[in-house]
Amino acid sequence: MFTEFFYTLRERKVPVSITEWMTLMEALSRGYISSLNDFYYLARAILVKSEAYFDHYDVAFQEYFKGIKAPPEISEQILNWLKDPFNRIFLTEEERALLDIMDLDELLKELEKRLREQTEQHDRGAYWIGRGGTSPFGHSGQHPAGFRIGGAGGGRSAIQIAEQRQFRNYRHDLTLDIRQIEVALKGLRQLNRTGPEDELDLDKTIDATAKNAGDIELIWRRSRKNKVKLLLLMDVGGSMDPFVHLCSLLFSAAHRSTHFKDFQYYYFHNCIYDYVYKDIERRDAISTNHLLHTMEQDYKVILVGDAWMAPSELNSVYGAVYYYERNYKPGIARLKQIADHFSHCVWLNPESPNYWNEPTVLMIRKIFPMFELTIEGLQKAVKKLIVKR
Amino acid sequence: MVNDGFDKFKGSHDYVTSEALRNAVNVAIALKRPLLVRGEPGTGKTLLAHSIAKGLEKSLIVWNIKSTTKAQEGLYVYDTVQRLNDSRFGDKDISDIRQYIKLGKLGEAFVSKEEIVLLIDEVDKADLEFPNDLLNELDEMSFYIPETGETVVATHRPIVVITSNAEKELPDAFLRRCIFHYIEFPDPTLMEEIVKVHFPDIKDKLLHQALATFYSLRKIDDFRKKPSTSELIDWIRVLIASSTPYEAIPTEIPFAGTLLKKETDYAYFVNTFMKKKQTTKTVDSYETPR
Repeated sequence: MFTEFFYTLRERKVPVSITEWMTLMEALSRGYISSLNDFYYLARAILVKSEAYFDHYDVAFQEYFKGIKAPPEISEQILNWLKDPFNRIFLTEEERALLDIMDLDELLKELEKRLREQTEQHDRGAYWIGRGGTSPFGHSGQHPAGFRIGGAGGGRSAIQIAEQRQFRNYRHDLTLDIRQIEVALKGLRQLNRTGPEDELDLDKTIDATAKNAGDIELIWRRSRKNKVKLLLLMDVGGSMDPFVHLCSLLFSAAHRSTHFKDFQYYYFHNCIYDYVYKDIERRDAISTNHLLHTMEQDYKVILVGDAWMAPSELNSVYGAVYYYERNYKPGIARLKQIADHFSHCVWLNPESPNYWNEPTVLMIRKIFPMFELTIEGLQKAVKKLIVKR
Repeated sequence: MVNDGFDKFKGSHDYVTSEALRNAVNVAIALKRPLLVRGEPGTGKTLLAHSIAKGLEKSLIVWNIKSTTKAQEGLYVYDTVQRLNDSRFGDKDISDIRQYIKLGKLGEAFVSKEEIVLLIDEVDKADLEFPNDLLNELDEMSFYIPETGETVVATHRPIVVITSNAEKELPDAFLRRCIFHYIEFPDPTLMEEIVKVHFPDIKDKLLHQALATFYSLRKIDDFRKKPSTSELIDWIRVLIASSTPYEAIPTEIPFAGTLLKKETDYAYFVNTFMKKKQTTKTVDSYETPR
């Protein structure tokens, strides 16, 4: 049942496994749900294990269940359901007895009549369809035999809930936005615990020694100081402007909270040539050679840019767009220098991967591992940075 | 069509729930799986477990996880040092190991004579491997103590509620076994209900002004830590206790220190909204802004 839904979910990148699906089937077979609403929440609780995928789930749900009729039109279906003797098994003894008292057809005709007459929501009455009353239509009421219509909490249908897509902002594959900086920051925390295990863990040592009947046994642990040094190089000017502000916010915030041992950031335009700049207007220059000489290899380097330029800017001597930046080394040679000098480098690209087939992007991808500037991409990039060589 | 065993949890009188949450809890209870609850800090994850225990009238065992917690601690602890000490200095009978085996929270939950609710609070604080270490015990509801040779089996399967602050990613194998629920930040309607539970006699105007101010503060992205539900409750308590007139709330935002807990946030707030020199005393709600 609903097997296609399973595949739709996977197509929409929700990581559902067979075991979880079987759990859902088990829950369905026990008869826990009575409406599409219940199914929506049940399936979500069992199949989706992170709020980052709630939006993907909503999209898949809409896709699969579109065209489901809204509740007021199902009176026909109620009647058919009740007529089927097999379904009577689901009712208790009393309910069955009561059904025999009220003739089904009569009840249904009444329902249709009142649906036409009633124009607004009504509570606690004996005639209209509403809540908490003694009328046979509505819910949370006192009438012994009746039809349940709607549900607690306003009765929004599952389709409408899925259409609202209220979890859109929790997705991890949208381009980084200021609202998601906090979530992205948590991804950077992985850059936190590195360094050799060179601190003596006193409690554990005593414990281990005692367990060893007095023979000294030393237990080590990693010190919590952040040994990570970060170098951030950002492409500025033109199409990169909105992203630059975001990146500098992100990384400065990271620096303030996780306190990297050293954090430096510089700007460049399109590609790195003989100079990098300390400010966005590119007036305060530092020579790239100086950077390479003074920074040790164990800096983690993150380059942010769209890697998009005329091939001559990358490959030619004097290729730099600005006349005053007469570079003797082609841009690509500089990039290779950086990749060779620093042990860990990654390139973050705010453009979507559809645009990564341009010639300059391809060339740069051969030098640096390139990731998207989304939370997912950031997490992958960070994993790449902390891997041991 | 609703099964007898289902739909047990309806919320308790002092904790307001949403339909999705009630559903998730009932599913977890019915399918006998742990319930994993995530959400922003201050949205009531820990309170949920208390509410479940109250609503189902079962007792609650709380296991607060620290960054140094190991899975073994939850099962049992064998106090070797005490035993060594007793053998040398004390005159207790040390031949019975059972005296030195102390059951951890999970062990306590297993040996309990009736069904109880077990809360594993802030599971993501511990090491990455911690949830995986517990997988086997949570599945089979039993564990083996080699020192005494006995196997502790749960007489009744406890209802396990696990909370996480989403600081770290939890391992996949662990996630597969859980029922998941994300507690979103309450929208204004739900928030009103929550406040009314805590302050049943609150005046409408005060409530609406406070809520409006609160949500507008939350819209400001420059705050490092946005005010959350528990802070709102504290703030309203202060506002009521100080008899602040409701007109003063949106214009002056008195007692902002109850809402904004980070120094940078409070400094930003003072500089931008109050245009006064930054002081350490709370803003007097009767002073008019210059």
